[in-house]
Amino acid sequence: MHGKLPAFIGIALFAGVVTFPFWIGGERKPMPPPVIEAGLTQCVESAAFMRANHMLLLDQWRDSVVRHNDHIYVNRAGQRFEKSLTGTCLGCHSNKAEFCDRCHDAVAVKPYCWNCHLAPGQPAGPAATAAALPPPSSRFAVTAIPRRGE
Amino acid sequence: MDHDRRHFLIRAGSAALFGLGAAAGLPALAATRLLPAASGHGAGNAVRWGMLVDMTRCVEPCSSCIDACHSVHNVPHFDNPKDEIKWIWKMDYANAFPDSGQFASSRQTAAPVLALCNHCANPPCVRVCPVQATFKREDGIVEMDFHRCIGCRFCMAACPYGSRSFNWRDPRPFIEKYDYGYPTREAGVVEKCNFCSERLARGRQPACVEACKNRALVFGNLNDPGSELRRQLSSRVTLQRKPELGTQPSVFYAFERGHD
Repeated sequence: MHGKLPAFIGIALFAGVVTFPFWIGGERKPMPPPVIEAGLTQCVESAAFMRANHMLLLDQWRDSVVRHNDHIYVNRAGQRFEKSLTGTCLGCHSNKAEFCDRCHDAVAVKPYCWNCHLAPGQPAGPAATAAALPPPSSRFAVTAIPRRGE
Repeated sequence: MDHDRRHFLIRAGSAALFGLGAAAGLPALAATRLLPAASGHGAGNAVRWGMLVDMTRCVEPCSSCIDACHSVHNVPHFDNPKDEIKWIWKMDYANAFPDSGQFASSRQTAAPVLALCNHCANPPCVRVCPVQATFKREDGIVEMDFHRCIGCRFCMAACPYGSRSFNWRDPRPFIEKYDYGYPTREAGVVEKCNFCSERLARGRQPACVEACKNRALVFGNLNDPGSELRRQLSSRVTLQRKPELGTQPSVFYAFERGHD
């Protein structure tokens, strides 16, 4: 029977800390809408479908191109498109920062498409270093193996 | 549990019976057909891409095929040879054909040999890849899925031709000029020649073949008896690299002039 009070205090503290982000309040930030270039009326599928499923579609495209050598996407309306992120998608949505990154940054999603795929006009050579990953020494750390007797 | 003679005999007997029962399954096991080690020449497929490197037409110190390949595929250039990435390169005859080089003719050893992925019909790199990042397509191309590669480098150990390179460092700062039609790679990924599968999909020849002004590289379908490649192969003496390993390369070498 005794010792219940500290337990309740503990539970209350725990609940308080866990729910802290909810009761501290603050306004819920609206999702920044992607900037869609003027004059674009239609994507490979409907806007609602693309909003919900673009990541699944890209995943399917990737596998079917690389592993099954199938390069043509036929949408529900029967139109044909090349399955290409940088060709088809960025062919219309040419501004990656405004179209992709705005929402991805807001929801803290980090798709690794751009580790390899190139956005149009991305600078090459040593200029590409700054934005790149940490220096190789920290990623492939090689520690010296002490020799016997040293 | 007691350990008298009676219980010991009962247990030993039932264990023996159990063993006999297992042995009854052995003939069934023996009847299982073992797959042949070599998967054949892909004879059942309509297409098996291959190449003839005509060394009689390859002129030193030209490197247009290498330059073309490395620029369209965003292959980085490192000064340190330990970091080197290569899809197509030159090597000495004695290293490319180590088992036929003892008394090789001067026609063979005069110039360095062009080497690239052999797109083997029986590729050891594919067999060892633990994640199927490298795989053999139906048209014979040994393809890399860079998305899947985990960088274990088993394939590099398995490839007897040194056709594979590992990205020890982020390659992007070492690419002079991007080709925006093809991605780069990232650190921790293996890469190699893909027979320009991205160009074949658009009905184009590989970049090296297009770039060679002397027509030293003949690309075609090994399973089509009417192709220029097969015509050349049937009329000339050609070599494959390290054929004794049973990898069945799709890249052939000619060191003597043809009849044409």
